[in-house]
Amino acid sequence: MTVRVRLAETLRPHAEGAKVVELDLGGGVTVEAVLDALAEVHPAVGRRVRDETGAQRQHVNVFVGPDNVRDLDGVATVVPAGVEVSILPAVSGG
Amino acid sequence: MRTWTLHATTFLAPDEPAGGTAAPAAPEAPEFFEPPPGVIPDPAPAMTATAGDAVVLVGTTKGLFALTAAPDRRSWNPTGPWFPGEEIAAATLDTRGGRNRLLVGAMSWHFGPSVYTSDDLGGTWREPEPTTLRFPDDTGASVARVWQLVPAADADPDVVWAGVEPAALFRSDDGGHSFELVRELWDHPHRPQWQPGGGGLCLHTIVPDPAGGPRMGVAVSAAGFYRTLDGTTWEAANKGILPPFLPPPEPEFGQCVHKVAQHPTRPDTLFVQHHWGVYRSDDFGGTWQEVGEGKLPSTFGFPVIVDPNDPDTAYVIPLKSDFFRCAAEGKLRVYRTTDGGETWEPSGTGLPDEDAYLSVLRDGFATDGMDPAGLYLGTRTGEVFGSVDGGETWRELARHLPPVLCVKAAVLA
Repeated sequence: MTVRVRLAETLRPHAEGAKVVELDLGGGVTVEAVLDALAEVHPAVGRRVRDETGAQRQHVNVFVGPDNVRDLDGVATVVPAGVEVSILPAVSGG
Repeated sequence: MRTWTLHATTFLAPDEPAGGTAAPAAPEAPEFFEPPPGVIPDPAPAMTATAGDAVVLVGTTKGLFALTAAPDRRSWNPTGPWFPGEEIAAATLDTRGGRNRLLVGAMSWHFGPSVYTSDDLGGTWREPEPTTLRFPDDTGASVARVWQLVPAADADPDVVWAGVEPAALFRSDDGGHSFELVRELWDHPHRPQWQPGGGGLCLHTIVPDPAGGPRMGVAVSAAGFYRTLDGTTWEAANKGILPPFLPPPEPEFGQCVHKVAQHPTRPDTLFVQHHWGVYRSDDFGGTWQEVGEGKLPSTFGFPVIVDPNDPDTAYVIPLKSDFFRCAAEGKLRVYRTTDGGETWEPSGTGLPDEDAYLSVLRDGFATDGMDPAGLYLGTRTGEVFGSVDGGETWRELARHLPPVLCVKAAVLA
């Protein structure tokens, strides 16, 4: 299936300006698989979402549909067919 | 685990029978909220400068700024910010081999750290792909912040050193495009016992051999000074540096060396600004002697630099105690020694000397290497002061910047 990943505006310069990245993946994929595939296509986006240990950065949120994966199963959350994944900066800052 | 399926919602007209034959129009996908334009500010243009001009890079909590001036350094042109919103703890202008390469260690609170290079004075920036500054998988560590980027000697024009948090040294052999962890230091048996200072457990100072030899030193807060004489074997080199925050006996490591300065023509001599105490070594850290006690208003401070034209002349910025960390007596004063630390005197005029509760961080003080030396300091309250006569007179070069994390100066090749 095709998973659509919507990127925050601040990430788009690292994805050749793409607002949405479409990834061809098998059915029943997890968020982790989506992030792996995204990092392969756009490594500069990948390392902004997860550090080199694979940990999701503290102030970056990943949503499946309207839900923050931190409230679901984290990166093990399954992405249902047709549901968009979005990656957005948290409101934290300084 | 919560699983759910996306359902398109179809609204029937009031008189339309359910299951009617008319195919309902596909609903418009809801518009995704987009912030207003301008989330990413327009990038700053390239700085305007030509060969021989002075360049002062000012890394702040909100991006990188630059000041440039003709060799007389009378009139300064500000440029920036580049990387707006990101913390710039490391920056340098590498002029080896006739190039002018900016190297910047930036840290986004959202998206993490990275190293960027520019070969056109900030007009365009490059982030190395696919390799970049990262810990190898087996370490289980991740880079939190790049604290230091230091070009090696002219003899090694493609070598750049990087110091990061958590405390580690990285080496680049391609001018700063890719980096590799220096394993010998990472595997040092002391490392598991290193304790973080107030800024985190960071390797913040790198002292390469100015002649291109294997000898080099690094400083880690709060582990102290470490050196290698052969380029592979690392040892703690803090003998004589007394930490008032640790019980006796004098520890082999655990000191909080804030900054180390060296003159290229006298590489055995090092000056250290310690958490308390200003120290000098004449055997590249083999032993240290305190040279500030009773001569400076406070021996607490962060930066120390050596005059590029005289290895006996060094500068420090005393702060009132480690609990206050502001300029002593409300007067921002740079203290200067011209005899290797035997005597110290407040340098020149022009710095705020009344109700000035400023502070300068470890990398907030730099010299441009010209003669007479240009000295530049940036404060946590966003001012940049400069002296182009070796500290005789000072003037404000910029104000109202974000808090300054680092100041680096160079002459454009």
